[in-house]
Amino acid sequence: MARVKRHPVICVLFSMGMAFATAPAFAQVDFTGEWNPLYHEDGPERLPGPELGDYTELPINNAARMRADSYDADRISVVPEYQCRPHGVDYSMRGLGNLRIWREFDTATQKLIAFHTHLLAWDSERTIYMDGRPHPPAYADHTWQGFSTGVWEGNMLTITTTHMKTNYLRRNGVPRSDKATLTEHWMRHGDYLTVVTVIDDPVFLTEPLVRSDNWFLDPGQGIGVFGCESEPEVPRPTGTVPHHLPGTNPFLTEFARWYGLPEDAVRGGAETLYPEYKSKIKPYNPPAKCERYCTCTTLFNCNVSSR
Amino acid sequence: MNRVLALAALTAGLIGAQEPNFQNPNFQNPNFQNIEEHILPVQGSVYMLVGAGGNTTLQVGKDGVLLVDTQFATLAPKIMAAVRTLSAMPVRYIINTNVHGEHTGGNGAIAKLGGEGAIPRIIANDHVLNRMTAPPAAGQVAVPESDWPNDEYFTPTKDFFFNGEAVVVYHMPAAHTDGDSIVFFRRSDVISTGDIFTPETYPVIDMTRGGSVQGIIDALNRIIELTVPAKYQEGGTYVIPGHGRLCEEADVVEYRDMVTIIRDRIQDLIRKGKTLDEVRAARPTLDYDTQYGGGATGPGTERFVEAVYRSLGGK
Repeated sequence: MARVKRHPVICVLFSMGMAFATAPAFAQVDFTGEWNPLYHEDGPERLPGPELGDYTELPINNAARMRADSYDADRISVVPEYQCRPHGVDYSMRGLGNLRIWREFDTATQKLIAFHTHLLAWDSERTIYMDGRPHPPAYADHTWQGFSTGVWEGNMLTITTTHMKTNYLRRNGVPRSDKATLTEHWMRHGDYLTVVTVIDDPVFLTEPLVRSDNWFLDPGQGIGVFGCESEPEVPRPTGTVPHHLPGTNPFLTEFARWYGLPEDAVRGGAETLYPEYKSKIKPYNPPAKCERYCTCTTLFNCNVSSR
Repeated sequence: MNRVLALAALTAGLIGAQEPNFQNPNFQNPNFQNIEEHILPVQGSVYMLVGAGGNTTLQVGKDGVLLVDTQFATLAPKIMAAVRTLSAMPVRYIINTNVHGEHTGGNGAIAKLGGEGAIPRIIANDHVLNRMTAPPAAGQVAVPESDWPNDEYFTPTKDFFFNGEAVVVYHMPAAHTDGDSIVFFRRSDVISTGDIFTPETYPVIDMTRGGSVQGIIDALNRIIELTVPAKYQEGGTYVIPGHGRLCEEADVVEYRDMVTIIRDRIQDLIRKGKTLDEVRAARPTLDYDTQYGGGATGPGTERFVEAVYRSLGGK
C-alpha cells in the first residue's frame, strides 16, 4: 500500500474546507420544528366555523357574493365527493393547524432543496421548493396544496403558490378560484411563527385578501392521524347538488341580525374594509348580551348557544 | 369522394378555417404558425399533448401508438414529431371524442404520417361518421374521406386491449353532440373526456348536432362514477379534458356542480314564464361568467345561456 505523502498546502486547503463546511448553509431563519396554532385571530370563523352570510373583511366581487349566497352546506353531507375534500393551501393553516416543518437538503452539495410541512387537518403535506425551479406550465394538474417556491427576503421567507384547485376563502361558500395566486411571508420571532398570506384572485377578488396566522413552538407536540373516508349515508338521486336558487336562501340575514350589524356591511366588498366605510353605515349596536361564540379561544370551549 | 372538395377542405385548414361546418365555436382560427406541441406525462402509458384545438391524449407501448383526437391537419407533422419523442412504433388507433374539426381534423394527415403502411383504425361513435359523410350544407365544405372514422360503433361501449391495458370507449348520448365518446385507460387509470368537460370554459352544447344540457350533466356524472380519487380527493384517476389543463375527479365535480346549478336556475326561470331575453337579464350565470364565459357579455356566456334555455324547452 502506497504511503500518502501529506503536503502542507493540502492540509491548509482541507482545513479551509472544513471551516466552510461547518458554516451555516444559509444565514436565514430555521423554521424546523413542531408548531402549535394560536386562534386569537378570527377565532369563531376558524374553529366552530363562519356564520352563513358573513362576508365581512373579504374584498369580494358580485360573482363571489352570488356563489356564496347559493351555497348549501348540505353539499358536504349529501355529496360523497365533498366529504373528504380538504382545505386548500391558503386556508389550511387557519384550520386545525398543528404544524410540523422540516427541511430537505441535497446530500452532495448540502444546499437546501425544500421545506416540507405537515398539518393535522386532512394530513395535508406540502413542499416549498427553495432550489429555484420554475412553476409548472398552465396545463399541468392543480392540487389542494398547489405548487410552492420560496425565496429569502432577509430573515423572512416569501413563498409563491400557484396551481391550486378551486376552494374557498371562507367555509360558508365564499369561493376562491383555481386561477388565484397565494403569496406567503413566514417570519419567526423567537418561539413564535407568524405567517401573512396574500391571495390574489382575478375571478373573485377586487383587491388582494391579506390575513395572518400565528403559532408557538411546541417541541412536545404530537400530531395524530386525521383520517377520513367518504361514506354515502344519505339516499339521493345521482348528481344531486344541493344549492339555493337566487333569492331563496333564508339564512343570509341571520348573521347581521344576531350581531346587530348593517346588512350591507356584512356582504363584504373592498369598500367595507376601510375606515371611511364607517361613515356610510349607522352606528354599531351590539347585542345587549353576548350569546354566541363569546369565549372562543380554542376548538373545544366555544359558546355556541342556540338562538 | 370528391378530391376537389377534399383539397378545398385541406386548404381551408391551412389558413386556419378548416371544416367550418364542424368547428367548435369556442376554438376558431388558431394561429398555427406559432403553435408548439407540449407533452405532459399523465400516468402509466398515457400522455397529454397540448397544442391547438382540442387536447390530444396519447398512449404508447409495445403494441404501438394510440391517439385520442387529432387537433388540426396542419398540425399533424408537429403532433407526430412529439409522438416520435416517445415511440417509434406506428399509430394503430385514433379515437375521436366528437365530430368537431379541432378533434378530427388531423385524422387523415396523422394516419398518413404515422401509419407506416398500415391504416390506423379510426374509432368514433356512428353519429360522428354519419355527420361527416352527410352532404355538406350550402357554403360549407365536405370532410375529406381520409378523416372519416373507419371503425364506428353504435353500442353503449366499445372495448379492446392495447399496450397492456383495457381501453374502454363509452358513448355519452346527447351531450356536447350526439356522438360524444369518452375513453377510459383502465390500467393507467386515465380518462379522456372530449368536450363534455372543458374546465376553463362553459361547455359548448351543439344542439344542431344533438347536444343537450341534460346530456352534458349525465355524462359528467358518469365520469364522476368512473373516477376514483386517491387520499383526500386528490390523485387516483386523472382526467384529460377536451380543452384546458389536466384534471382529477374534484375538478370534474366543480364543473358538474356549475352546469347543474345553472340548469336549475334557468329551469326555474322557464317555469316562471321568462323569455330568453328576460333570462339573460336575470344573469343566472353571473357567479360563473368570469371563470368560464369570458365575462357577462362574453361569447361563451351568451351562447351557453341560450343553449341551456333552448335545451330545456324554452321558447
